Amino acid sequence: MLGLREYLQSFHSCPGTVIIEWKKQEAIVEVPSRDLPEILTYCLAMKPRPTWLTHVVNDERQLGRGFCLYLVLHFPGEDFSLTLFAKEIIDEFPSLASIYPALNWSEREVQDLFGLQAVGHPDPRSLVLHPGWPKGFHPLRKDYKVGDERNEFKRAPLVFPEMHGDGMFQVPVGPIHAGIIEPGHFRFYVNGEPVLHLEAQLFYTHKGIEKLLEGKSIKDGLRIVERVCGVCALSHGLAYCEAVEKLADVEVSRQALLWRTILAELERIYNHIGDIGNMCAGVGFALGNANGSQCKEKLQRLNLEFFGHRFLRGMVVPGGVSSIPGSQDSQSILNRLLELSKDFEDWIPLLLDHDGFRQRTVTTGILKAENALDFGVTGPAARASGIANDWREHHAHLLYPELNVKSMIEQDGDACSRLLVRVNETRESFRFLDTLLREAIKGPASEDKGTTPLTLEKFRQFAPAWGCVESPRGTDVIWLMLDGEDKIYRCRIRSASYANWPAVPLTAPGNIVPDFPIINKSFELCYSCCDR
Amino acid sequence: MWNLMLRKFKMGRLTEKGGNSLTQQKSSIPSSFRQSLQARHLDCGSCNGCDWELTALGNSFYDHQHFGIDFVASPRHADLLMCTGPASTQLVMAAHETFEAMAKPKWVVAVGDCAVDGGVFKGAYASANGMGEVLPVDVKIPGCPPKPEDIINALLEFMGKR
Ligand code: SF4
Repeated sequence: MLGLREYLQSFHSCPGTVIIEWKKQEAIVEVPSRDLPEILTYCLAMKPRPTWLTHVVNDERQLGRGFCLYLVLHFPGEDFSLTLFAKEIIDEFPSLASIYPALNWSEREVQDLFGLQAVGHPDPRSLVLHPGWPKGFHPLRKDYKVGDERNEFKRAPLVFPEMHGDGMFQVPVGPIHAGIIEPGHFRFYVNGEPVLHLEAQLFYTHKGIEKLLEGKSIKDGLRIVERVCGVCALSHGLAYCEAVEKLADVEVSRQALLWRTILAELERIYNHIGDIGNMCAGVGFALGNANGSQCKEKLQRLNLEFFGHRFLRGMVVPGGVSSIPGSQDSQSILNRLLELSKDFEDWIPLLLDHDGFRQRTVTTGILKAENALDFGVTGPAARASGIANDWREHHAHLLYPELNVKSMIEQDGDACSRLLVRVNETRESFRFLDTLLREAIKGPASEDKGTTPLTLEKFRQFAPAWGCVESPRGTDVIWLMLDGEDKIYRCRIRSASYANWPAVPLTAPGNIVPDFPIINKSFELCYSCCDR
Repeated sequence: MWNLMLRKFKMGRLTEKGGNSLTQQKSSIPSSFRQSLQARHLDCGSCNGCDWELTALGNSFYDHQHFGIDFVASPRHADLLMCTGPASTQLVMAAHETFEAMAKPKWVVAVGDCAVDGGVFKGAYASANGMGEVLPVDVKIPGCPPKPEDIINALLEFMGKR
């Protein structure tokens, strides 16, 4: 990376800055935590602007490194990722949230789960742990062993900003909602119909998965990681496997790459089509919803028939894929998809040309491009605001470079744009699947079973690695560190929903409360993989 | 409009009728509930896989309404509480309140391995090991997630329709 390396080397020419590793695509640089704000400011000013992949704190006191902070940035122009690593944090670190609001939630989470203080954080309220847990409960510290705290939890009032004035009301909604949806509490501050402000309190489904993962074997870890989220199960599993493979220095075979790409695209289309249908449900447009859910069901049945699971769990394993369908099956999958893509083109104009539907979605819930950038928004939500950030385009992995992926962008940032991005991406995915399956039908060129066995001795220990996959909702990042016995030492799950949720409340002001369901559904974020 | 009708005719009927026998089988619930059951979904920390399968029951293939099963918006209208997830700690109070709000007689269904016994999340610090630790569970539907037809079949069996 031109300039960046020189900058870091010359940084105050101070002894704290050490370049640990600098490869063509990835680098790790150790910096003193007090210098993080200045370095991050420099990085963010670079063009094209980098985006965060993940922000991890790890308790490495047993290794004599104190608490360590890892911030992974990705520079899209050069497909280069930089891990800034700060060690020996004792009880506080400088907050970066004012420089880069994307880190707001992650830093609050660190305060809750590690008991470290982010100094200068603009909104230091607790986030993941709701008020009511025993004092001094910081479960991600290594010296904490899972105990009885959950029985001591006494629900206490949540902390919300106050608002006063004539005709002001607060409308509390949730955590349990009137439908088959996940739990979260929303508080609308309204004056008459229009929303002035929205607070979203999530993390009701927080179970403590990251702690649960510690000490698990790689295989057991995969089982859990695939269950962090139902509908992005494959993306999470794939990101996890990529991280494991980095630690084992393994390259997977062409057949494995091919089928992984096929699976990732299958996950994208069933989600996108389902989400398009759900957006219709959000405005009570039954026809659109019925068509979307039918199409989704057919795709999920295809998943079940050929891959053994409606949500594609269990297909991706470290080193490759667990099984590969033969040419005949590939042909059947292709035929089915051709039929479904024809069907999709048949019903999609029903919504795009529907006046009533357009009136509800156009100009509703606008996400401004600068907000999307500042908050590190990812996936269709960002692309609908004109940010061309498709991970498949910017990072060379799987077979995406051969497919020549382009980010599908729209400019308006409203609910309709988010729908259009999904429609266009679905079309593209059908096209990619066509190409990929034609290769699959031909079969492997040589003996290629799609798995490369990983030999256990080879894992790098106590070293960080990350995997990142463009899920239907944006980038899912898994950050992984293994201990001396090849068990998980720390696994941080930063899902697309986690990155995008903080931006959702920004889009509500100016709209009316009944528009919120459609705004929410146009982002279609999960709660579970955000809350973990 | 014409296109729409044409599409409808070409598509024909999608709903699968299997398994709905009209002759009554054994069932432990009062006869007035055997023809129609109103369910309320309660997510108690699920990964959303089970939730999506419950949603899928409403699509044209399964169409739970033609069995007399419906999802209602309020626990006050519900006979059945369909719980997914292992009961995450921060939701336990809300789960109790939802259950309290239901009129008697009422039943609780645990949908999915998580709700049955905690599933893969057994031993996490902020979650119980299944809904059974929180509410009195009457019906268990294992699976991760259970397929929509498994859920429908379990409900039909509960109603004595199978
Ligand atoms: S049983 Fe499986 S699908 Fe259902 S909530 Fe649990 S992990 Fe998710």
